[in-house]
Amino acid sequence: MHIIRADGTLDPSLDPGLSIEQLVGLYKAMVRTRVVDDRLERLQRQGRIAFHVGSMGEEAAIIGAAAALRNRDWIVPCYREVGALLWRGYPLQRYIDHMYGNAGDPARGRQMPDHTFSREHHYLAVSAPIGTQIPHAVGMAMAAKKRGLDECVAVFFGDGATSSNDFHAAMNFAGVYRAPVLFLCRNNGYAISLPTERQTAVRSLAEKGAAYGVPALRVDGNDVLAVWKSVREAVRRATEGGGPTFVELVTYRLRGHSTSDDPRAYRGDDEVERWLEDDPLQRLRTHIEQREAWNESMDEDWRAACESEVRDCVRHAEEKPAAELADSFTDVYAELPWHLREQRAQCLEGPRAESEEHER
Amino acid sequence: MTSMNLVQAIRSGLREAMRQDDDVMLLGEDIGKLGGVFRVTQGLQEEFGADRVLDMPLSETGIIGTAIGMALHGLRPVSEIQFADFIYPGFDQLVNEAAKYRYRTAGELHVPMVVRTPYGGGIRGGQYHSQSPEALFIHTPGLKVVCPSNPYDAKGLLLEAIRDEDPVIFFEPKRVYRAVKMDVPDEPYSVPLGRAKVVRAGEQVTCIAWGAMLYEAFSAAEKVASQGVDVEVIDLRTLWPLDIEALVSSVEKTGRFVIVHEAPRTCGFGSELVALLTERAFLHLEAPPLRVTGWDTPFPLTHEREYLPLAHRIGPALVETARY
Repeated sequence: MHIIRADGTLDPSLDPGLSIEQLVGLYKAMVRTRVVDDRLERLQRQGRIAFHVGSMGEEAAIIGAAAALRNRDWIVPCYREVGALLWRGYPLQRYIDHMYGNAGDPARGRQMPDHTFSREHHYLAVSAPIGTQIPHAVGMAMAAKKRGLDECVAVFFGDGATSSNDFHAAMNFAGVYRAPVLFLCRNNGYAISLPTERQTAVRSLAEKGAAYGVPALRVDGNDVLAVWKSVREAVRRATEGGGPTFVELVTYRLRGHSTSDDPRAYRGDDEVERWLEDDPLQRLRTHIEQREAWNESMDEDWRAACESEVRDCVRHAEEKPAAELADSFTDVYAELPWHLREQRAQCLEGPRAESEEHER
Repeated sequence: MTSMNLVQAIRSGLREAMRQDDDVMLLGEDIGKLGGVFRVTQGLQEEFGADRVLDMPLSETGIIGTAIGMALHGLRPVSEIQFADFIYPGFDQLVNEAAKYRYRTAGELHVPMVVRTPYGGGIRGGQYHSQSPEALFIHTPGLKVVCPSNPYDAKGLLLEAIRDEDPVIFFEPKRVYRAVKMDVPDEPYSVPLGRAKVVRAGEQVTCIAWGAMLYEAFSAAEKVASQGVDVEVIDLRTLWPLDIEALVSSVEKTGRFVIVHEAPRTCGFGSELVALLTERAFLHLEAPPLRVTGWDTPFPLTHEREYLPLAHRIGPALVETARY
């Protein structure tokens, strides 16, 4: 499905009818996410944060989907969806604090960067094993259904995850129990280095839905309106008792898998150049500029505002102390058992790696 | 009070938990109409409906992963894994997800759920229906591990595990599922997690066991009493977090201890118990600790009685320790 044409006009037969204010809001959120991404990548290169896994090129798939969900619908993230969390109003400062693992990090310095969560924003926790979050979404959706809540669950994952045990189990269970869940597959072309055509022998990942009795569709993931419309339709099906939907969002990862990756080892610049021409931000921008709701100077102003916001957050994050060492021992269990009390005391009273480094 | 075996007591615990709390759900393979391959859940789907007793498609990772999602949403899922030997497809979900959710979200989200699974040998089940994988889960920070030996404890510990805010792996000794009967209250009650129980007081040797092997330890203790060896038998009941105080105080008294478990010896829970007690009661020890365990082989069929640490092997170890 395509709605925003290459020339910036909309296909009137598919236009979901969002207001121009909504379209500008989507564009601004996509730009903000990209500015944050770009800054974090540079911070990693400078050695100021340990790691970053970004979403450049996939903003329409992530933010378009978040915008089509209702705020009460749970998002079960993979690890590139921080744009969806920010869309829901998660404070940028909290995210940047997390990236630094400082005293303001909600995860208290226990996690690698980009492992966000927020119960308040109905956003489950990122974990690194691939596909393990997909059955959680089915369980969440079954729980919501059992409790009679008007709530559905959207789970994000990449093309690589469709090969995992958990994807198979979750799709199967959702089909059998008609769980109100949306399987949102960001097919960005690669699972680290493995291209999608080596991940599966089927031509499109959406074909997999048939095997589980899960309605599936394949949409242009760089077309924010196509994403919005397909996700909104899947929400309607889920909440009307129609069960799960699989949506393949065809997009492209413009940068490496993460800051630890070297994509030149497995793909050519010409391929990236081709996809840059289909940048989801540019497509939406062309459309809103045609409608005279946006222009070059507004764009410059907005980017500058985003950059200054990130810069301020980074400055604050760097001023904060590191997360507390003693906090490494809590939250393993609801209560601290004897062996962890003992080990915490040994750690706090014992020799420290930090002091040894000072001696060297 | 009703005289119940382990299967009946666990079923009674599940029934009471479901009556008390509408959020308690059962998930598993064949647990509905059939009542599970061991009939533990017999009649529960009839009483509570197919939307609370869920016959799941065949996938352990799916069952455990779905249960995690339910628990994150606030339900209290109790999953049945048909045999502990089949839990491994769900291992990633248990170790990387259930066990770490509270920690990685600094307590914002957590997973109050129970995974019940029959474990252990002695039913002529060979290597895929006899395993005792408890050490793998004890080794995983964030999980609690429970293993009752008798019907009263089984019901009380299960009710407590379902109320607990952390994920609990509940190992059921299938060898004695129907072998022991005792009076069990019909109403709900609780046996606290993390408390061991002295089932036979003695002065000379401490014998630590759990689950099905508790009976073997007890019968060996009775037998060596006639040879003048006075054994204290401790039923751990909860394997982790461990009731370290109960063990230390017994070993300080006896100065000698023997550990019995079905799992292979190397890196079995006995290894950790030896280390913990040696660290804490070294100056009280009069003899080297002994472990009577399964051998470091896969679980064999024909000679399972030679694999299991039964009373005929425990008795001589108790005597050897006492006379060292």
